[in-house]
Amino acid sequence: MPELKLDAEEIKRCREAAATIADGVDDFIRGHTTTSVERAVLRLLGVEGADDEGVPTVNIMVDQLKEEDMLSEGAALPLAAALKSSGLELDELTGRISRGEENLAQLARDAEISPAELRKFLGKPAGKESLELSRVRDQRNELQERYPPGDRPWKYVIVATGNIYEDVRQARIAAREGADIIAVIRSTAQSLLDYVPRGATTEGYGGTYATRENFRIMRSALDEEMEELGRYIQLVNYCSGLCMPEIAVMGARERLDMMLNDAMYGILFRDINMKRTFIDQYFSRLINAYSGIIINTGEDNYLTTADALEEAHTVIASQFINEELAFRSCLPPEQIGLGHAFELDPDLEDGFLLELAQAQLVRQLFPGSPLKYMPPTRYMTGDIFKGHLLDAMFNLTAAITGQDIQLLGMLTEAIHTPFVQDRALSLDNAGYIFNNAGGLKEEIDFSKNGRIQDRADKVLGEAVDMMEEIAEEGLVSALEKGRFASISRSPDEGKGADGVIAKDDSYFNPFTTLFREELEDDAI
Amino acid sequence: MMPSESIDERITDFDRESIKPYGDEPGDGMIQLGFTLPVPPGPKADEAAVRLLEKMGLEECDVVHSRGLGDEFTFFIIYCRCGETVNYEEIEIATVPGTSLSYEEINELIAERSPRPLRVVGACTGSDAHTVGLDAIMNMKGYAGEYGLERYPQFETWNLGSQVPNEELIRKAVEVDADAILISQVVTQRDIHLKNLTEFVELLEAEGRRDEFVLVVGGPRIGHELAIELGFDAGFGADTRPDEVASFLANELVEG
Repeated sequence: MPELKLDAEEIKRCREAAATIADGVDDFIRGHTTTSVERAVLRLLGVEGADDEGVPTVNIMVDQLKEEDMLSEGAALPLAAALKSSGLELDELTGRISRGEENLAQLARDAEISPAELRKFLGKPAGKESLELSRVRDQRNELQERYPPGDRPWKYVIVATGNIYEDVRQARIAAREGADIIAVIRSTAQSLLDYVPRGATTEGYGGTYATRENFRIMRSALDEEMEELGRYIQLVNYCSGLCMPEIAVMGARERLDMMLNDAMYGILFRDINMKRTFIDQYFSRLINAYSGIIINTGEDNYLTTADALEEAHTVIASQFINEELAFRSCLPPEQIGLGHAFELDPDLEDGFLLELAQAQLVRQLFPGSPLKYMPPTRYMTGDIFKGHLLDAMFNLTAAITGQDIQLLGMLTEAIHTPFVQDRALSLDNAGYIFNNAGGLKEEIDFSKNGRIQDRADKVLGEAVDMMEEIAEEGLVSALEKGRFASISRSPDEGKGADGVIAKDDSYFNPFTTLFREELEDDAI
Repeated sequence: MMPSESIDERITDFDRESIKPYGDEPGDGMIQLGFTLPVPPGPKADEAAVRLLEKMGLEECDVVHSRGLGDEFTFFIIYCRCGETVNYEEIEIATVPGTSLSYEEINELIAERSPRPLRVVGACTGSDAHTVGLDAIMNMKGYAGEYGLERYPQFETWNLGSQVPNEELIRKAVEVDADAILISQVVTQRDIHLKNLTEFVELLEAEGRRDEFVLVVGGPRIGHELAIELGFDAGFGADTRPDEVASFLANELVEG
């Protein structure tokens, strides 16, 4: 394997700074929950369904509690109180609430049951749910033993027709053409919906709605392909936006294998409130950790707005921060798919060397993580032939530096969502290079004083400086100053700010401790 | 040695009133095509592709590559000849006027003729989350070596970013007393951008504020003619530089 000589002291300083930064985030969000976290808790406790207008019951319940200022104790205790005092089965209770016959806040207030008793009552449904999620996790492990996934780099392609059934057709073709991972791109703007749509959907702009039923449909289609091909096909969706923790619950239940789940993406690129995002990412990542789901972070996006030559160190800094925040949600390195991208201007002299330097640097900084490598987008034009060549250089970089999750570039990137043939051509491109040049990494080394080594040193050096400055000033202030992606965000603004709720002493989320304890036991 | 003039004389001129594709020699009409049909691969699929192209008036179709995609699709690469011609001379393309001033000239013009710097509010509206185009025009760094509007001392800018509702964009433009509104539409599906742009103009007209702003739209699927049709004052396509937009705004607002 080619190896850069990296300064171990600098790497240590980056991780120390990341820990300080994460402490700051902990302080920033301490004592708060969000409406979306509480809706996820209700989902985990088995609340399903929606009213006549399609408003999910979890939204109705959380809104009722919020209106009566009862969300400060969380949603689990009021649900337990209502169940216990009414003696109703969960389905009956949720049915009545969604029909407007009962109000959760009222039922809970009238119940007069001690919190200790309610916590005890919640032990059973919470334990049952966590057992169910661990069963899904075990099932994934068993299937992957029987039908081993393809070799790394895994070939990751996207389907995005808006119609889940058409997505299935295209995903099947892609799997047969060699795809290892299928991502169903989410309908544009779903990230800003403050509820999760339901059912199988056949219309969407720029993608397909993330619903539990759509997850199930695609999962079962890919499982059929798995049996046919003898190869496990991984499924990806988006655990992001205003419903991040709820989508984590859906993904955990329907055996998604990866989730796009970045700590800062929503803040920067969707203008979602900082506090909301940090709280939501913590709980959603805890669910993903427990469910054995690999998260994908989104650092590649920085380079679509900021310059890849000058801002390469911001990607590294963000990866260290994303990693540390993921550790705090009990995610082990092998479930932290850190993102980066091949986005340098192709007209740059020896730009390929700089791409190699960056990819190799990331590889060595995070040796245990499945790296997600994103293809060129910024300099893709209507010239599909040049685009195909750029994608080949991107694939060669991945082969040499040992990337793991290779999101394949499409020759028609700047033109349209991929045609069925575009996907096949890009699978051919990657398949050819990984097969034809996969062994190159065992044969080469980088010159000690060469340009690749120099570039890596420079980027790491800048990353250390940036991280220590952020550790000093705090992440909130760094985001305010536009240090990432050249986008500036203020801590009190952004979408979903009104869903951030201060907890009181009685607050209880039965799953946080349950998941944490089990994950920490596993780690030992 | 023959003088070069006589070489040029011997090279065939093209009749611009009747042009067709050029592959390897004048008038060969060669076209390269790539597409997929929802049928299984095989000679029958190839024949179907050829018949389809013949229906379109294409001739001598040569299937140079065809391969199955899964069981029910076939992808083709086909070369063929086009018998049709087009009159190049009669074509007229609408372009945005007044885009040739330089950075310095723009600043000078505004400083001389306007009581205050020009105020510009920009956004990617509707569901579009792609700010590449908007940032290229508005942000400090700019595009293709030209500074963005933010860098001009004579422009005050508000870049509202992505997924901004039309109502919100108008509210902001009114709040800051903007002179111009820039809308960027990059990724579009099934012409949703057209609907969105039309709605914006209608909303502005309904509020009786259409005349308060110069309206500019940009994006890879946008042309000046389309923009005018939609009720905007100018439309800029791919590869537009910030100075072209700045120059148009300065001319339109100060000279206009």
